[in-house]
Amino acid sequence: MRGHEPRSSSSCAACKLLKRRCTPTCIFAPYFRSSDLITFAKVHKVFGASNVSKLLGEVPEEQRQETVNSLAYEAEVRLKDPVYGCIGAIASLQKKMLELQHDLAVARTRLLAHSGVSNHVSPLDNSPELAAFLDLVPYSDLMLLDGSTSLDAYLYDLGQPPFV
Amino acid sequence: MNPKRCAACKYLRRRCPKDCIFAPYFPPNDPAKFACIHRIYGAGNVSKMLQQLPDQTRAEAVESLCFEAKCRVDDPVYGCVGIIHLLQTQIQNAQNELAKTQAEVAVAQTKLSQTQNSDF
Repeated sequence: MRGHEPRSSSSCAACKLLKRRCTPTCIFAPYFRSSDLITFAKVHKVFGASNVSKLLGEVPEEQRQETVNSLAYEAEVRLKDPVYGCIGAIASLQKKMLELQHDLAVARTRLLAHSGVSNHVSPLDNSPELAAFLDLVPYSDLMLLDGSTSLDAYLYDLGQPPFV
Repeated sequence: MNPKRCAACKYLRRRCPKDCIFAPYFPPNDPAKFACIHRIYGAGNVSKMLQQLPDQTRAEAVESLCFEAKCRVDDPVYGCVGIIHLLQTQIQNAQNELAKTQAEVAVAQTKLSQTQNSDF
């Protein structure tokens, strides 16, 4: 019978956008407040409301807010970068990580070099010359010189190269 | 039915037209690829997204969507955002380590200079 469901005092953002009655058991209501239409609009545009509903139904209730937060983030990034989405962000972070690894390897090798000559001063161990040499050596080789852990300890293996 | 339907049209059980937007990116020998992307985004949304992109960028877009969809299937709560958080944490740790090591280098250089000066 029409209208037998209790009417919610205010529709959530999802039901407002979808132009439907928002029930007390609406799966979207706790996570898409009526004041946040834009967030739901973005999520709906990328994933679709029914897919989001299925995804939320597949996770425990206590994890649904985190799920919505990550979906909203992915949707935002995908709308800003329709070709690469979050993969672009991951590739940038991986590149930054590689640069830091290189800088760290250089710094560690310099530290070892200084520690090694602290008691034996030699004109040949001139810091600027050593630094210039270190700058020319590929970072992967530098990692081997000081015996530190491999890059894998820091890099997330995505199983395939970055898209950018 | 056209035996050469793309994976998308096979999955959706429909005829695969000559100008099918999915056909170049979802070959029939890889049904799992489309199934995964359809599960997370839906065929309609993927079609709309591809239509809004220039032809030359669509292949990359499909690959990135497939990767993100797979991440979401593997981790329904965080998806690929989990990878971003992990990388950000690793970068923060590496930056802290770098700052510490560079400070140690500066101290070692200072001590070395002092040793050299005292020898003269």
